[in-house]
Amino acid sequence: MYEGVVQDLIDELGRLPGIGPKGAQRIAFYLLEADPVDVKRLAHVLVEVKDKVRFCSVCGNVAEDEQCRICRDPRRDLQVLCVVEESKDVVAIERTREFRGRYHVLGGAISPIEGIGPEQLRVRELMQRLADGVVIEVILATDPNLEGEATATYLTRLLKPLGLRVTRLASGLPVGGDLEYADEVTLGRAFEGRRSVDD
Amino acid sequence: MHVAHLSLRDFRSYAEVDVPLTPGATAFVGPNGQGKTNLVEAVDYLATLTSHRVATDTPLVRVGADSAVVRARVVRDGREALLEVELVPGGSNRARVNRAPLPRVRELLGLFRSVVFSPEDLTLVKGDPVERRRFLDQLLVARAPRLAGVRADYDRVLRQRNTLLKSAGGSRRSSSAGESALRTLDAWDAHLARTGAELLAERLRLVELLRPLVDARYRDVAASALGHRTTVSMAYAPSFPLPEQVTVDRDELHAAMLAELANRRGDELDRGVTLVGPHRDELQLGIGDLPARGYASHGESWSLALSLRLASYDLQRSDGEDPVLVLDDVFAELDSDRRHRLASSVEAAEQVLVTAAVAADVPDALAGARYDVRGGGVRRVH
Ligand SMILES: Nc1ncnc2c1ncn2[C@@H]1O[C@H](COP(=O)(O)OP(=O)(O)O)[C@@H](O)[C@H]1O
Ligand SMILES: [Mg+2]
Ligand SMILES: [Zn+2]
Repeated sequence: MYEGVVQDLIDELGRLPGIGPKGAQRIAFYLLEADPVDVKRLAHVLVEVKDKVRFCSVCGNVAEDEQCRICRDPRRDLQVLCVVEESKDVVAIERTREFRGRYHVLGGAISPIEGIGPEQLRVRELMQRLADGVVIEVILATDPNLEGEATATYLTRLLKPLGLRVTRLASGLPVGGDLEYADEVTLGRAFEGRRSVDD
Repeated sequence: MHVAHLSLRDFRSYAEVDVPLTPGATAFVGPNGQGKTNLVEAVDYLATLTSHRVATDTPLVRVGADSAVVRARVVRDGREALLEVELVPGGSNRARVNRAPLPRVRELLGLFRSVVFSPEDLTLVKGDPVERRRFLDQLLVARAPRLAGVRADYDRVLRQRNTLLKSAGGSRRSSSAGESALRTLDAWDAHLARTGAELLAERLRLVELLRPLVDARYRDVAASALGHRTTVSMAYAPSFPLPEQVTVDRDELHAAMLAELANRRGDELDRGVTLVGPHRDELQLGIGDLPARGYASHGESWSLALSLRLASYDLQRSDGEDPVLVLDDVFAELDSDRRHRLASSVEAAEQVLVTAAVAADVPDALAGARYDVRGGGVRRVH
């Protein structure tokens, strides 16, 4: 244990995803020795990002306005909706330039171990969006790992009875991974080769 | 195949050690607690990415060190490869082949194979069902490394599903939360059945392949001076009734498993655990007309355990592989008859690594190179 604020810093850093106790300690000591100007800039963007960035009221993507850039774009196809786990997946898919529809960001995947069920995700919002019948195809682009697959299975069963075309990205994505790590070509191909899911 | 060179850094008791090896038999001899098993455990780790002694990596890393490295130059069909794995408890392990990093450590599986005989093998016969399931799964993975992924997925679905069952069981009567939990459970069922049926199909197929091999080996190993003949039985007992005709068709198993999950859902919610699936199966072993577990004598249990290991070696041989055999401290456990039979069963292997506390425990048939292991050092004697 370190004294007061140093330990507070280590504790806070340790709460971030992907950072263990050792990593937290390393970053804390790096910050202690870093140039104060650099640290102030970091602190500033941390505050600013929380002030300025919001989530799109339509799709849940990060946005600087009430709606994100994609939802505001009149050229996007309103009939096709791509469901992803995180905003960073939107970025990955946009890079492929394969997809012209709109998105729905769930905010994660179903994972009982982490206490995440459908209620913790933007599933209700998804159902509300689909209610007006404009969307005719929903592409489930959750991560190609177990939690992503289970989420896709759950959504398939929820959406099929609505008479929508429900598709899943073609296999070929690195199994067990994150969508965001797939390269553009592979991800683009997975989009083109998407298939209807039957169960 | 054989290991031509083994080097360890911060693995178990070794800060740093280099051991050149040759094909044929090699014995590591030294008093207890000197690091003999530690050496062969490292060899086995390269083949299985687990230890035959412990379930986690932490005890494999030398106390006080952050990580351990196992590196081996292995020769397979005349071709050399340098295999390396770094164990980082609390972090992610890394593996390299010929100095090139692998995207995932798991991809090391299949490049090198070993079959380990150890005093712990008695638990194959006397221990809980989990020991026999592990035996089957390890052999499955050695023969088809892809199945390591299926196995890992199954375990993960199981953990997710058990967590959900626990929370859903509690909220079952409070309508809406319970209803949504049940719907989520349907999604997990689909994946439990998908991975479970695959694992089950592979295990059933494996048991069929092993049965004649185990039986033949048992007759070999246990043939007593009295000459009476005993047979070994092996039956795979699943956690739910399989379709009439015992089948290894994955689709049929999948359907059967889903049906049983639907049947047992009430029980599962009450108890908060998954009751259906290959994690509850048993490989029933019998000698003569009696179950081996609880009935077999110490000697019979040993014969059967050795037969299982030898059969797994035989099966891999019939795949065209020649795993490195590791005989860790087993000869001291066996009477002289079994000792001889075991030694002559394995002497033809391309490489046999033996550990023993005293040189007299190493049968003549396996008298090859010898290393003295003591005080943290490994010294070639002859
Ligand atoms: N992680 C570890 N760090 C340091 N020493 C260890 C570690 N694991 C085991 N040892 C030591 O290794 C010794 C056991 O070595 P082992 O190879 O099992 O002996 P044997 O020669 O009897 O087969 C014990 O003395 C134990 O203290
Ligand atoms: Mg030992
Ligand atoms: Zn939006």
